[in-house]
Amino acid sequence: MGLFVVSLFCLLAGGGLALVFGRSRLWSSRFGVTGALLGSLFGLAAALRGLGSGQPWQFRLAWSIPGGSLNFGLDPLSAFFLLTLFLISGLTSIFGSKYLEAHAEHKNPGVSWFYFNVLVASMAVVFTARNALLFLVSWEIMAVSSFFLVTFEHEDPRVREAGFTYLVATHLGTAFLVLFFILLGQQAGSFEFEDMAGAGAGSAGLLFLLALVGFGSKAGIVPFHVWLPEAHPSAPSHVSALMSGVMIKTGIYGLLRAIVFLGPPPPWWGWCLVGIGLSSGILGVLFALAQHDLKRLLAYHSVENIGIIFLGLGLGLLGWQAGAMPLAVAGFAGALFHVLNHAVFKGLLFLDAGVVLQAVGRRNLDSLGGLYRRMPWTGLSFLVGAVAITGLPPLNGFISEFLIFRAGLAGAILPLRTVTITASLVIGGLALIGGLAAACFAKSFGIIFLGEPRGAVYADIHDPGPAMRLPLLVLAGLCLVLGLSAPWLLSFLGPVISTITGFEPAVVRGPLIATSAILVYVSATSAVVLALSAGFFLLRRRLLARRKVRLAVTWDCGYAAPSPRMQYTGSSFVRPLTALFQPLLAGRTQFSAPDEIFPRRGTGLVTHVPDLFRNYLYDPLFRWISRVAGQFQRLQHGNIHLYVLYIAATLFVLLIWKLGVGL
Amino acid sequence: MSLSGIISLTLALVLCPLLIGVINRIKAFFAGRLGVPLLQLYYDLAKLLRKGAVYSRTSTWLLRAGPAVGLACVLAAAALAPLGGGGALVGFEGDLILFAGLLALMRFFTVLAALDTGSSFEGMGASREVQFSALAEPALLLGLTVLATGTGSLSLNSIYSRLGAELWGKAAPALVLTALAFSVVFLTENARIPVDDPNTHLELTMIHEVMVLDHSGPDLALIQFAAALKLWVLGSLIVGVLAPVHSGLLWLDCLAALGGMLVLAVSVGVVESSMARLRLMNVPRLLLGAVVLTVLALILILR
Repeated sequence: MGLFVVSLFCLLAGGGLALVFGRSRLWSSRFGVTGALLGSLFGLAAALRGLGSGQPWQFRLAWSIPGGSLNFGLDPLSAFFLLTLFLISGLTSIFGSKYLEAHAEHKNPGVSWFYFNVLVASMAVVFTARNALLFLVSWEIMAVSSFFLVTFEHEDPRVREAGFTYLVATHLGTAFLVLFFILLGQQAGSFEFEDMAGAGAGSAGLLFLLALVGFGSKAGIVPFHVWLPEAHPSAPSHVSALMSGVMIKTGIYGLLRAIVFLGPPPPWWGWCLVGIGLSSGILGVLFALAQHDLKRLLAYHSVENIGIIFLGLGLGLLGWQAGAMPLAVAGFAGALFHVLNHAVFKGLLFLDAGVVLQAVGRRNLDSLGGLYRRMPWTGLSFLVGAVAITGLPPLNGFISEFLIFRAGLAGAILPLRTVTITASLVIGGLALIGGLAAACFAKSFGIIFLGEPRGAVYADIHDPGPAMRLPLLVLAGLCLVLGLSAPWLLSFLGPVISTITGFEPAVVRGPLIATSAILVYVSATSAVVLALSAGFFLLRRRLLARRKVRLAVTWDCGYAAPSPRMQYTGSSFVRPLTALFQPLLAGRTQFSAPDEIFPRRGTGLVTHVPDLFRNYLYDPLFRWISRVAGQFQRLQHGNIHLYVLYIAATLFVLLIWKLGVGL
Repeated sequence: MSLSGIISLTLALVLCPLLIGVINRIKAFFAGRLGVPLLQLYYDLAKLLRKGAVYSRTSTWLLRAGPAVGLACVLAAAALAPLGGGGALVGFEGDLILFAGLLALMRFFTVLAALDTGSSFEGMGASREVQFSALAEPALLLGLTVLATGTGSLSLNSIYSRLGAELWGKAAPALVLTALAFSVVFLTENARIPVDDPNTHLELTMIHEVMVLDHSGPDLALIQFAAALKLWVLGSLIVGVLAPVHSGLLWLDCLAALGGMLVLAVSVGVVESSMARLRLMNVPRLLLGAVVLTVLALILILR
């Protein structure tokens, strides 16, 4: 407990001092980073202790707000999410310390660091709050502080618009949460979480749907994801990493907490989560495929990965409901492990995107290429992140997807037909998602880092300095370590699963140990593959050592004047897939064919794939709302006398009503 | 680790180039040619391993590592895959996911090695490869799910050892559909007609061959051996479904499986000689067809 309080103090003190010393760019940065780093270290210690010892603690302070209390608690579920948070916040703050320097001429880094530290602290409070009001207040602080971080470069109108979209979306989601907590609090008779546990049994279905919409919109599930590909790319890259890696997971945390309140699930909750998981996963990766902007592409992959987490959770709920422990445990373990893994590799990829963006200054990846030879460390870490997010062995992404697949297989051989069908859907869907993600990351890594520059002219660019390189290497190393040591890490998830489901720890431990035993084989095979790869690589090097090895131009079938512009671009690379899924990726295409011997300027092909849901659902909806709301403008005409009349009339009506009720 | 596992892995390693030889001989027979020797791929491998190499100036270490990673992956996959009815070297619950994952990792590095050269040909091949494999992956995993559901077991080893006359008596249609779907995956993943033509090196129609255009010498040897091994490994999944011989005698089982592989190679040769390659836009339909077949098989087996 002490560690956690110290951590919050460090974060807030660092943020406050950064704001106070905002005039001095050097000191505001130093205070901000030191606060974030110390806070993350202490918080990490608190989380690890909470997860390792399994001793939950709780402390409460009085608060003058009715129904509210400053009630904090740390159980394994909170500790797990805190671990994810502080791991990423610490590393991104190191990265940010150098990253923001590029903006130092026209920006006050103190303000940015203040909001960064407040964002981290508010997320920590979200994960530990044990009172609904405290939870909602910190939820709101989290939303607002991240809004200010997103609009860091607010001179750009696109960034302002993205920030506004985000602000509207997050508040719409919060509205559902307010309703959720009010209804639940009414049934429990209190806003304390310990009273709410198991209180929602009466209207559990409605409460579940409210929580699903409210928390799901924060997590970025389809169709509530539209803010995500706008907001995350607009933020500075270390903030994108924190938001995509951790902040969207507050939605997952909230949903799990809601499930704790609502008790044993009926099967349709599981189907709901699986359905959402499939649509988010498949649509997320498909939209990602069509993007030209690296950060937007990564943001859509967050939608995909949230979908994968939902698939695991859905299977977990189905297993819980059916009493099939291997299914439940593998599902929950896969989903939870993917929460951590996604934070690691998505954080890594966003930081890499930041490095690329800052070095090249271009967002359109179709003009990049050949960066690997200029920034090998960045390239290598991006490659690791790409392999991990694609869910390929031997990295961590494979392990969590393996667990979800494993849950799917356990469900497929269950004698319950509904579970079998759902589980098979998960297997097929996850396989498709994996294949499409491989295509997407072959594209993004291959087009950005391999080949020759496709139009961009690089000045002197090279790997970033140690402060920015360290987080990249640590996160890339974590991808491998988490992948290979998964069998031993899995046992820490036992108490978390027990907290969610209320199973006795002993009941969870059995299937978990069995799963760990399987993962030992997976890790061993992965290690063998790594060793064999290195072995074959050295073998061919040895074979070639005394032979003639020539360097030549890429084989071009005898073409006389090859040019880098003849390479495949990202758009052409994914063209077959986007054409295949054309109905979902209906985009705008402007094509003017060259018609004369000497093509005129302006001939070319421009494609843009807008978000399906934004185009066909939200834009019409909000246009309609604005038209309807426009009707009320007649009431607002600036005539003070009439306003006074409104007030008087309202008071009069209220008076009558009050008297009427009194009678 | 079992004796049958060691035998099946050894057979795979030793005999997989022969499979390509058989296919080529069959094709030569249909074309009325004399054809290359049955053991041509062995000669090729031996020669390539003795040669020097040429690399593109554009490339990085990925071009050089791609073949090594690919062979390592397919070797590990071969250790997981049982030959016909015989056991695999390693088996555990859910190893079929690792099996698919290893093949996907191999593909990923082949694609990256292709993109590493910056060649538009290889980019084109890589682009097609990721498209087709994204659709083949659900078919493979759903097909394996059908077998897992049918046999009630979760590792390739136990699935294929329980797959026998009893299951054929119960769920023959589902097994036939699964084997059909596997065949489509087999032809796609191994770049055979009707999806890809292994003989057209420099035309715009091909996928796998064009991706390895810039590899030479020992790297090309690794690639060719890995491709032959992949053909063997994926083939053994089909043979295990269609000819599940569990006589209790190890040599008889192995012989039956080898016979099955021979028949498979012959039929691939026949298909390649009697069919044209599909138009590229029709390949996704074929793959979606395979997915639909596995879904049908799943429904049949749940019935």
